Amino acid sequence: MKPDEQCCLGVESTADDFGVGIATFKGDILANASSGYVPEEGGIHPREAARHHAEAADKVLAEALSTAGVKTKDLKLIAFAQGPGLGPCLRTGATVARALASYLDIPLVGVNHSVAHIEIGRLQTGAVDPVTLYVSGGNTLVSAFDAARYRIFGETLDIALGNCLDVFAREAGLKHKKGMPLGAALERLAADGEKLVSLPYVVKGMDISLSGLLTAATTLLHKDEYRLEDLSYSLQEHAFAMVTEVTERALAHTEKHEVLLTGGVAANKRLQEMLRSVAEEHDTKFNVVPRQFATDNGAMIAWTGVLAYTHGLATPVKESFVKLRWRLDKVDVPWIK
Amino acid sequence: MDKVDPQTLLKKGAEASLFLKSWHGRKVIVKTRFPKRYRPTELDAKIRSYRTAHEPQLMHEAKRAGVPTPTIFLVDTKNAAITMEFVEGKQLKQVLPHIPRKEQQELCAEIGVLIGKMHRSGVVHGDLTTSNMILTEEGKIFLVDFGLGEKNREVEARGVDLHLMKRALQSTHYQFAEDCFKHVLKGYASVLGEDAEKVFEKIREIERRGRYVDERKQAN
Repeated sequence: MKPDEQCCLGVESTADDFGVGIATFKGDILANASSGYVPEEGGIHPREAARHHAEAADKVLAEALSTAGVKTKDLKLIAFAQGPGLGPCLRTGATVARALASYLDIPLVGVNHSVAHIEIGRLQTGAVDPVTLYVSGGNTLVSAFDAARYRIFGETLDIALGNCLDVFAREAGLKHKKGMPLGAALERLAADGEKLVSLPYVVKGMDISLSGLLTAATTLLHKDEYRLEDLSYSLQEHAFAMVTEVTERALAHTEKHEVLLTGGVAANKRLQEMLRSVAEEHDTKFNVVPRQFATDNGAMIAWTGVLAYTHGLATPVKESFVKLRWRLDKVDVPWIK
Repeated sequence: MDKVDPQTLLKKGAEASLFLKSWHGRKVIVKTRFPKRYRPTELDAKIRSYRTAHEPQLMHEAKRAGVPTPTIFLVDTKNAAITMEFVEGKQLKQVLPHIPRKEQQELCAEIGVLIGKMHRSGVVHGDLTTSNMILTEEGKIFLVDFGLGEKNREVEARGVDLHLMKRALQSTHYQFAEDCFKHVLKGYASVLGEDAEKVFEKIREIERRGRYVDERKQAN
């Protein structure tokens, strides 16, 4: 880091990952450290995840600072994910952020986690004004900027795409391993799928519904009539085709010239392939967030904090309560004209 | 010999392309669903032929219930193409922002009446947006694009249909979405009476189901 460069430290803790990232005000990512909570069985238990975050915080913080080569006294701003997410997890991250900001006596800024996924995608890919498909364990939405905000054009009517894939993977007995998320394990199985099994395909306007698809796939799984590879393949094909269709609809509706794929499920190669195909068909540029910034991470929070702060936003500690259900389209993004 | 009319691409939508053609001396729209490379061929063929076969049936049902829809002339499921009447007019999406509040409200109430009639006939549209409504010179509103519709009398399906309308208004006409939707519901209730209240309750339930919705705080 150059001696007089200003930087922001961002804390992410909305779900199972505790992340700390450091970004300069110019948009260089200096560090992006994280620690993931791996449940012994089942999905994320919010309280257990929060306990993990509290225990991992000092180590992740130290790692980020050392990677960036930054001393705490050099920090100019602390950003944290204020929502949406799981209450206990959000509160743990917010506590760390408040403590840092108060101790260092520097400004605090709360950012929206969904906005951050879009912003890190824009920063890393150079996309300017894209139709964004944001897909993760907790979110599935299609959005584009219009009049001061990221508007939501389509979203899931029930469960998130990542959630749908994870639950199926767990039902199939796949285990969550370090460095190998359930989705990646499922993707590997699906690559060996040969037969397309017919499953529900539910698109309603620009919205989709995935719960029926999950139930049907899980029911077939327990009947043992099909190879797991074929079912995994069929589940992915149906679910990805649905999100791709609504993204295409938003693209046609908004007439934007770029597509951005972001969020944890963005790492899936088959989903990337589908979206690239649609983008090409509409003569638009396809962008996908790099893998290390696809899943929840602190760097995206730090960078979005920079954008917010340099456009006049800050969050006094007494207003820094977490917002569990903070929708993307409730957030002003004054840095976009 | 008949001159072969070159067809004009009117609109390349996400799901289908609309061509303006002359057909036996009439102006017609040919709606064609081209294959989508991104999905497997079998799934793609299934989706396209299903939608092509169902769309005309639903349009016909809606028309019988008193909802203006384009007349269907030809259905070609093999090529996923529907030939239908060309309705001259403007998309409501283009009209709504440029008229006085009072007229907006009247149009929205009329939309509500049409949706009510359609639902009463057992049809849900599946994609109620102001792009899919055409206002003619005479002031008639045509509903088009029933590609995502279905025959369904359940309160759930009706609720989702109206919820989609609300969401479409919020994303496209956020300046006056609330007011417009209020009048849509007013028109809707004028047709469906007591049944409308059940649908409204369902809409609230559907909204609470959504991700990160404030209302869910109370539900939990």
